[in-house]
Amino acid sequence: MRDIRNPYSTAETDQSVEPVKKNGFIHRLYTSDFNIGFVDKRRTWYAISGVLLAACLLSIFVFRGLSWGIEFVGGAKFQVPASNITETTIGDYMEVVQGTGLEDLGTEITTTSEAIRIQVRELNSDEVDIVRAALAEKAGIQETDIAYQLIGPSWGEQITQKGIIAFFVFVGLVALLIALYFRDWKISVAALAALFHDLIITVGVYSIVGFAVTPATITGVLTILGYSLYDTVVVFDKVKENTKDIERQDFTYSQRAQLAGNQVFVRSINTTVVGVLPVLAILVAGMWWLGGEGPLPDLGLAMAAGMIAGAWSSPFVAIPLLCQLKELEPGMKAHRAALEHRRARARKDGAVVAPTADTSLVTVSIPTLAAATLSKPVVDTVAAGRPQPQRAPRSQRKKA
Amino acid sequence: MAPTNKYLPRPKLVAFALVIVAIYAIMTIAGTWTPRLGLDLRGGTTVTLTAREIQDSGSQVPAPSATASTPAEGEGESESTPAPDQAKAEQNWTEAMEQAASIIQQRVDSLGVGEATVTVSGTNQIEIAVPNIADTDLVDLVGQTASLAFRVVYTYDLGAVLPTATPTPTEDGEETPEATPSATVSPGEASAASTESPEPPSATESTTPQAPASSAPGRLIPQLPTAPTTPRPTVAGETGDNSFETLLAWTPTDQDLSDFTNFMCGDSFPDVWDQPLIACGDKDEKTGAQYKYLLGPAILQGERITDATAGIPQGQLSWIVSMSFDALGQEQFSKATAYLATKTIPQNQFAIVLDSTVVSAPSVSEAITGGSAQISGTGINQNTAQTLARQLRYGALPLAFDVSSVDTVSASLGGEQLRAGLIAGVIGLILVLIYCVIYYRALSLIIFGSLAATAAITYGIIVLLGESIGFALNLPGVAGAILAIGVTADSFIVYFERIRDEVHDGFSLQHSIESGWNKAIGTILVADSVQLLSAVVLFFLAIGAVKGFAFTLLVTTLIDVFVVFFFTKPWMSILGRIEFFSSGHKWSGFDPEHLGVTVEQIRGARRASLSSKDLDESKEV
Repeated sequence: MRDIRNPYSTAETDQSVEPVKKNGFIHRLYTSDFNIGFVDKRRTWYAISGVLLAACLLSIFVFRGLSWGIEFVGGAKFQVPASNITETTIGDYMEVVQGTGLEDLGTEITTTSEAIRIQVRELNSDEVDIVRAALAEKAGIQETDIAYQLIGPSWGEQITQKGIIAFFVFVGLVALLIALYFRDWKISVAALAALFHDLIITVGVYSIVGFAVTPATITGVLTILGYSLYDTVVVFDKVKENTKDIERQDFTYSQRAQLAGNQVFVRSINTTVVGVLPVLAILVAGMWWLGGEGPLPDLGLAMAAGMIAGAWSSPFVAIPLLCQLKELEPGMKAHRAALEHRRARARKDGAVVAPTADTSLVTVSIPTLAAATLSKPVVDTVAAGRPQPQRAPRSQRKKA
Repeated sequence: MAPTNKYLPRPKLVAFALVIVAIYAIMTIAGTWTPRLGLDLRGGTTVTLTAREIQDSGSQVPAPSATASTPAEGEGESESTPAPDQAKAEQNWTEAMEQAASIIQQRVDSLGVGEATVTVSGTNQIEIAVPNIADTDLVDLVGQTASLAFRVVYTYDLGAVLPTATPTPTEDGEETPEATPSATVSPGEASAASTESPEPPSATESTTPQAPASSAPGRLIPQLPTAPTTPRPTVAGETGDNSFETLLAWTPTDQDLSDFTNFMCGDSFPDVWDQPLIACGDKDEKTGAQYKYLLGPAILQGERITDATAGIPQGQLSWIVSMSFDALGQEQFSKATAYLATKTIPQNQFAIVLDSTVVSAPSVSEAITGGSAQISGTGINQNTAQTLARQLRYGALPLAFDVSSVDTVSASLGGEQLRAGLIAGVIGLILVLIYCVIYYRALSLIIFGSLAATAAITYGIIVLLGESIGFALNLPGVAGAILAIGVTADSFIVYFERIRDEVHDGFSLQHSIESGWNKAIGTILVADSVQLLSAVVLFFLAIGAVKGFAFTLLVTTLIDVFVVFFFTKPWMSILGRIEFFSSGHKWSGFDPEHLGVTVEQIRGARRASLSSKDLDESKEV
């Protein structure tokens, strides 16, 4: 408990402030040493997001669209377990299904390594029996080994409706939460923008990969909204903390917001990694062992895409957007002008040139951190918020 | 340096251990060690039925409410209510759904498959889950959801083109198609009448005449169109007077008669309770004969039947079906039988119509006033008697249903899905642990522990929920539990990063473990609240099996809050006092480089790391 027992406590040296030499991404991740120009390089980030969004929207609305699962369009689906699948399997089973004499089946057959899936129109139970018997005979298995799924015509309509309701309830609640939590419409706008960004990318990835949209997909997408919100809340919380009384700080809103982004960046990454890894496991297990059938891959893909998009959008989209909105405020403009003025005077006095607003923060990394922590006590004192004379710590005084 | 009111980790850990012990003690007492598995994990059939007539408001009671202002079903209805208000209608609907669910439950139970669960889901759906059966019989059984009604027979005829053989009158009665008027109805025994039980209040609430007002038969594929050459009303109450007397005294119009002549079995005909109906009996399996009937409007709805049994009365040789009615049913039935008894064949019969099919058409020779009646006759043998009794008992659902979805999973596929779910969990766990070991070094012990604790509690809770409220873990549920790995690990990450922030701000490691905790709580709770909110919304709006996902997500998130307070934090405090950690050993996860500070800071020299150079740079002015 006591410092004396600490083997390091006797070390007098202060060498550890030397800038870290190993600056690879992994090492930065480990030491939480990031200095990314979330605001400064916003054009780059916007461009990346823009390209992604465009690709997703094109895929959704122009090229691939979304393939709706049987739950939405109705129909019957049979799953025949089979191991010896060859090139002719599909043709063989097509013949079997056609051989049942039922009309207008609109048969679609797909195979995986372990199963043959036959999708046809809606059937009544007699027709189900006929098809199932034919398939069982062909596969040489018991009828009860053939799983089937039957969706009535009204079902799809209902769950579409339910999904739409769920979506709006969710977005509404999330928007309300954001508004209540931050009480600042600009933050709400930025958070919602990030939310829709994540949403579009998730659906877009789904469209590009070409999975069928099922109720599990909808669930995954809605869960993503929660994740996205959480991620944004974490980032904005820090922004709020850093920009408290910004007009008495020596930094612009953008600088402090960018710092906030860097401060929580490792958190974001770690949170996303531990969130995405299990989701990827779900996706892989669903693809590998279940041949892409059922809720696992649908949930997995939707959530993996959404989580990664969410991790990206909070610092790279939400922060710069928020800063752009904030910097439009007259107060912020005045603050920036005041800073310029002071800096100009300082330059005339020959003092160290502080970073200029909005552009060159990239160059101050650890010092900025230190400055941030240093300036805090000043702001937080009880002296009506006025800057107070600051006394350097004893260690500094000795050196000076 | 340490906070004044000192944090005591041990009591919390003891409380934590007690909770785990309690959970597993309850499991021991209950004797259950495995969770209840959903049908997608062990094989089975899930059928979802959707009540017809409901649009989106969820408050619309079917047709009868529209006709509530007209005297409904005879003068007997003392409760002929004024226009029902919304709440009342909603209540009626809910009760009708519950009634339907219990009737379906009885039907499924009568199959003897065991462990079937029938639940009302949402406002207008009933979900039937039957394990270990992947048979279309089940769907037929529960799908046969139309209302049962008694109708007066006007006439009947052969309704299908016969193959070769024609039924010869010389053949004995057992050859006669069961639906032909070979059965008779007679008063029940006095005892049967006396056993007539008062209707439960819930049932009387919903005794407003229920009728499948829409016409479409409850089939996925409509019957072949044709038949009625003239349009027929498809909604009850369109033709004005539908009082009991009027309906009973119904006589066919010319149009009815000509339609009847042209009608072939298999044609469709709108089944509206206050309109005449042309329907067929079942096809006789030996002769292929099938009779069609011209029937009057419904004189008695199926839910008036309180009980029906099949059996051989003492001292007799042949099977009979006994049925009893509730008060209103008794009144209607006695009036109807009194009226029919005055008629001659075939108009002294009434038809028991289930799903537009005549299941029996007994003749009446005397007025039956006792509240119970027996059906006997040459068409009634053990088989038909039992079927008829079951149909009488369970046949009448207060609502009409469509089969919305059927999902069968073979036992082997279920096993595979379970395996895939478990594999996903294990892979996810291993990946997260590997990442944590790399990033957090020895501190990952706490993550290991937290995950193990969460897993143990989650498992126990899921087992207990299966035992107490019948929660069945399905595949989406497993996915939800796997996500909990991320949630749990995330809580730790939030906490750790806060500690890092605190150390950055110049506090010692031990101080930071406490002060960082105070700041991390907020974030952890926000994260978990958002997750909870998602889970709750998803649970109420979820579609089908995906509900399981929302549910486990909900449960595991709550467990995470508990674990982080009563396990993660106490252990962190304890480890913080161990020198290996507090000294910032390279493998402790707290090494200075990792925290981005100096050794001095870890040990507690406040802001020692700020070199003069840093200070200079930070003093801009």
